Amino acid sequence: MSTPTPGPVVEIAGLHKSFGEREVLRGIDLTVRQGEVVCIIGASGSGKSTLLRCINLLEQPTAGTIHVLGTEVTDPDVDIDRVRTHVGMVFQQFNLFPHRSVLENCTLAQRQVLHRSTAEAEAVAMKNLEHVGLADRANSAPGQLSGGQQQRVAIARALSMDPALMLFDEPTSALDPELVGEVLAVMRTLAEEGMTMLVVTHEMIFAREVGDRVIFLDDGVILEEGPPDQVLGAPREERTQAFLRRVLDPTHIDPT
Amino acid sequence: MTAARPEARPALAGRARMSPRRRAQLSRRIQYVVLVAVVIVLAVTADWGRIGEAFFNKVAFQNIAPDLPGATLNTVVYTFAAFAVGLSLGTLLALMKLSSVRVWRILATGYVEFFRGIPALLVVLAFGYAIPTAFEVRFDSVILQIALALGAVSGAYVAETLRAGIQAVPKGQIEAARSLGMSSGATLRRVVIPQAFRIVLPPLTNEMVLLLKDTSLVFALGLGTAEFELTKVGRSALSQAGGGLTSIIAIGLVYLLLTIPLSSLTRWLERTTGYKGHA
Repeated sequence: MSTPTPGPVVEIAGLHKSFGEREVLRGIDLTVRQGEVVCIIGASGSGKSTLLRCINLLEQPTAGTIHVLGTEVTDPDVDIDRVRTHVGMVFQQFNLFPHRSVLENCTLAQRQVLHRSTAEAEAVAMKNLEHVGLADRANSAPGQLSGGQQQRVAIARALSMDPALMLFDEPTSALDPELVGEVLAVMRTLAEEGMTMLVVTHEMIFAREVGDRVIFLDDGVILEEGPPDQVLGAPREERTQAFLRRVLDPTHIDPT
Repeated sequence: MTAARPEARPALAGRARMSPRRRAQLSRRIQYVVLVAVVIVLAVTADWGRIGEAFFNKVAFQNIAPDLPGATLNTVVYTFAAFAVGLSLGTLLALMKLSSVRVWRILATGYVEFFRGIPALLVVLAFGYAIPTAFEVRFDSVILQIALALGAVSGAYVAETLRAGIQAVPKGQIEAARSLGMSSGATLRRVVIPQAFRIVLPPLTNEMVLLLKDTSLVFALGLGTAEFELTKVGRSALSQAGGGLTSIIAIGLVYLLLTIPLSSLTRWLERTTGYKGHA
């Protein structure tokens, strides 16, 4: 459905976002090219999720411009619903529709927004459920699934809209440790198939192995960015080093 | 401290007390004894002959019985008509309260505060006398009149219930729907309202029970006999000689026959709406 755009998929310039007095993002410039997997890391409160949510306008930026697939979403008159059909989003808390079956979760927006027939929507949904390994649970209620399965359904739901860009907002942070792997495996497959992805994550191994680029966000600015081996393996900035020490070696935190 | 032996702990070594389990048992027994005593005293002191005569009088019941089906039907019709008005109005007011247009919010809040704050009887009287005079309208049907009057009051309560129900749907649900490209209207219809419905079902049933009982206020409109509902029938029978309070007892039982099934209906709706899934 989505036509490949020649330019960058996401282009952010001078992005600022404040919640009241508190300035969460303080001048972000970021370009994401087609097929790139960009992992955003940083301490809680550094603005990672806010940055992601500004891209599909779940948060309204205070200043700056964002272009998604060539459309300026910061234009006050943008048809944001149209842009969002091309941008899939996966949330930390899954946010599946509890009153609908797994299959209906994946067909609702297809029928409402893309006006696909029931048969076509179900075919697309089943293809994507198969992709995440849950075709056999199509008639289950979301509440009957484990957290990892729910998150995989959420990914299938987003993919059913044939997005050109996928946003992942800490997709494994709410999961029991033994369920993290199945979700990361689906995301890895997706990346290998060439999906453009922006991933806010605390999974450093995923960022290292799957990410094309890692961005370290600190106090609302991009402090360090580059290939995973460089940012995660040999960080230049002292604050990046401190953050990685805390994440990778949590039992030896220096209490200051 | 060396060699602290069990005897050295006074808290455990003290006088043997009754265990908590034994104390709870004793307390329960005392409560049953009190209850039984009260029932015995009432049964002995009551004058059963006169009670039978005044409350369960067969003749008085036979007098009122033919009027009951019609009165019950009227009560039910008034209730449903008023509920239809109340639900529509309440939905509108709830959406106004959640609107981004400030004027709507102020108007809705004012409406709710006003109609929640005055007795329903005043509103019924207003629709009976004040409004026809002020606007030179004539209501041909009592059903319409009582539906508008009680619906106006009920709408205020329903509005608050619906607003609370809509706001109780997690924000993540709206974000998920919107991020799939669904418009705010489609999100409301397909995602928010179906989930809010389950939340507001019990309070809405409650509202319906209250409405059912409030239909007794229709007497203030001045009725023809064909328009009598249950309470009016009971009161008329009361003023006739004989039978004492039998008619009131009969009417009360009919009200209960109407209201108690409503609660089971709610439970059934709660069970059957919403996706349960299989396999």
